[in-house]
Amino acid sequence: MTTTPSAARTAGAAMPDGSPRTHYLNATYGLKSWLLTRDHKRIALLYLVSISVFFALGGLMAVLIRMELATPEGDLFQPDIYNRLFTMHGVLMIFFFLIPGIPAVLGNFLIPLMIGARDLAFPRINLLSWYLYSIGGLFTLWALLHGGVDTGWTFYTPLSTNYVNTSVITVGVGIFIAGFSSILTGLNFVVTIHRMRAPGLTWFRLPLFVWGAYATSLIQILGTPVIAIAILLVAAERTLHIGIFDPKLGGDPILFQHLFWFYSHPAVYIMILPSMGVVSELVATFSRKPIFGYKFVAFASIGIAVLGFFVWGHHMFVSGQSIYAGVIFSVLSMLVAVPSAIKVFNWTATLYKGSISWDTPMLYALGFIGLFTIGGLTGVMLATLGIDAHVHDTYFIIAHFHYIMVGGAIMGYLGGLHFWWPKITGRMYPLFWSKLSAIVIFIGFNVTFFPQFILGYLGMPRRYHSYPPEFQVLNVMSSAGATVLGLGYLMPLVYFIWSIRYGPKAPSNPWGATGLEWQTTSPPPVENFLTQPIVTAPPYTYPAPKRAPEVTRGV
Amino acid sequence: MASEGHGHDLPGLAHHFDSYAQQRDSATLGMWTFLVTEILFFGGLFAAYGVYRSLYPEVFRASSHTLSIQLGTFNTVVLIASSLTMALAVRGGQTGKGKLAAALLVLTLILGSVFLVVKGFEYHEKFVEHHVPGASFHFEGPDAPHAQLFFSLYFLMTGLHALHMIIGIVLVGYVAIRAASGAYTPENYNFLEGTGLYWHFVDLIWIFLFPLLYLIGRH
Ligand code: HEM
Ligand SMILES: [Cu+2]
Repeated sequence: MTTTPSAARTAGAAMPDGSPRTHYLNATYGLKSWLLTRDHKRIALLYLVSISVFFALGGLMAVLIRMELATPEGDLFQPDIYNRLFTMHGVLMIFFFLIPGIPAVLGNFLIPLMIGARDLAFPRINLLSWYLYSIGGLFTLWALLHGGVDTGWTFYTPLSTNYVNTSVITVGVGIFIAGFSSILTGLNFVVTIHRMRAPGLTWFRLPLFVWGAYATSLIQILGTPVIAIAILLVAAERTLHIGIFDPKLGGDPILFQHLFWFYSHPAVYIMILPSMGVVSELVATFSRKPIFGYKFVAFASIGIAVLGFFVWGHHMFVSGQSIYAGVIFSVLSMLVAVPSAIKVFNWTATLYKGSISWDTPMLYALGFIGLFTIGGLTGVMLATLGIDAHVHDTYFIIAHFHYIMVGGAIMGYLGGLHFWWPKITGRMYPLFWSKLSAIVIFIGFNVTFFPQFILGYLGMPRRYHSYPPEFQVLNVMSSAGATVLGLGYLMPLVYFIWSIRYGPKAPSNPWGATGLEWQTTSPPPVENFLTQPIVTAPPYTYPAPKRAPEVTRGV
Repeated sequence: MASEGHGHDLPGLAHHFDSYAQQRDSATLGMWTFLVTEILFFGGLFAAYGVYRSLYPEVFRASSHTLSIQLGTFNTVVLIASSLTMALAVRGGQTGKGKLAAALLVLTLILGSVFLVVKGFEYHEKFVEHHVPGASFHFEGPDAPHAQLFFSLYFLMTGLHALHMIIGIVLVGYVAIRAASGAYTPENYNFLEGTGLYWHFVDLIWIFLFPLLYLIGRH
């Protein structure tokens, strides 16, 4: 702790809800006040808008993919158009939605509030991150308008270097630039968490969301530079034919896979760790119990981040790596499942005998736990060499990672948005519709992706636009489920926007949660707290404050 | 020290920090973290170098011998000297001697430029000898086809290093101007210190590149 408590600050930070007052949303007006803001809360909202655009675009591609797959014949798109569709779907969803997603939106908004600071350590760099992300996004959109890329989001060589003639370099540049945004965000979070904590806020008093964000930042800092250099090498290979990945010149295409997965496996934890952090907050708040085994959950985040760097070879079991490497990577991959399982057990133990309330965020959190468990267990199956040789590159893989990234990460993200929306906007959203959305998304998700496990096990390969007729029934189920899922995602979009104008005013602490962010007003003032909070207790001292009547009464 | 809610109005202390010490600690930690990412950035190339050198040791040695050890050594000395002037400049900024710091920074900048000019001559030589990967590449010796890999790595690694040097020179120029106008005080010379760390880091990368590229098998 290097925070020097300054003289004039007193303990306690709550402020009575007076009606007309300035907060971060109405302190200044105009486009310029947003585009040049250095307030972490406003930057979070800039991210929220931009990642939503990319989510919608990626979702559109998904709709087109599922339309094509509703029939066995490849009748809607030419094969090379189909290749571009699934590639751009993956690129947009992974690099421009999920990776920046929760860290940049919820992390930006919450970390300073949760640790009792006035802002992140480097507000200007924070704004720079958003601009880098946007510039990277514009490159990618520009490439999209010029036909996109058709290599798969994995950009495997020699396909990406010697064969295709789509916009590999433009998209590569886009991802490269967005990568620096990710690095700077991670750096900002790490420094902030180390140096800006409020007096009394020791490491083991940090909310688990902050631990999750910290672990995520470590991966962003250590992993992202490696994919940056890998992309640079692909671009150099394409333009200058330098031979690093070209067997004709003595290079090795497998080296690219190593560099790519050295980042991209840990990157899957960039997508899931923040959601795990959200779920820890939600489970404690809505069971009104301290989280079971706080330290285990905290260290499990760090454990996942560290172990995640040693398992990348499980993506290359059938790429011709040595059998010994395969065995080692197999064992190490199963080890990562241990900290993941610790978290699931601890959430379950927290629920046990808790006084559970079925609010919208909690529904999303429970959905997360179920879907993540399925995704994680199938991951362990895939880490088994014999099974992977059978299902590698089939729909089983697709189902596995969608259960984690869509079922898990996005459920957690939406749960978090619903939980902190009253804090972010100062408004409540309709309770009935939001609970319905959680249920619709859960059902739609399972109908979409469960059949894909079966399809993959039966041998349907990924990345083809046509398939044998006997697979049609399951594919139609999947496409139908996708329609439900799409509708489910539209619902929050509608009622969130509605709530900004028409939603009832939210009190400071609608859920009766502990945590510093709930001790300031909704929405928070520009400087977050009117007086410097001082922390004297561990997190999750439930059962604590009373829930606000607005929540129980409903809207 | 602090006015209600809005921190303070101390010169050179950003509104969201409580003290100069907190601000400096944050800046330093941020810079070190950034340098860790740089290590991993270069790490990808070092990994590629390791793989191919172990696959083709003979031709890597032969290719390495075409580089000018004199120019390489000269440049190494130049960079080490520039690290010294940089360290002294940071000390100057820290003790409030702005003019001295500025002069030392200009010296650093000149040394850095000398390095780049010499590097330019070396690149030119490679062009003349057809050692630049591509259509006109030509190399005589054992296992010649794989020589191109060595030179690809040579240009990528030294090129990326040179790019970092150029960024560094721009930064040094900027802090030199700021130092001359007395912007750095004992309380806040964080940007100067950060630039110094960056400069030392870029030097350090060269200290690894030099033996790996120039000195293979010369012991
Ligand atoms: C519980 C620990 C996990 C284990 C043991 C595991 C295991 C695996 C294995 C072995 C594969 C490779 C299958 C193949 O290509 O043949 C794989 C693929 C994948 N996993 Fe996981 N996984 C785990 C968690 C996750 C998480 C948390 C995410 C994302 C948030 C994720 C996302 C992915 C993705 C995106 C792929 C496929 C990449 C591609 O080929 O396009 N996995 N997983
Ligand atoms: Cu993986």
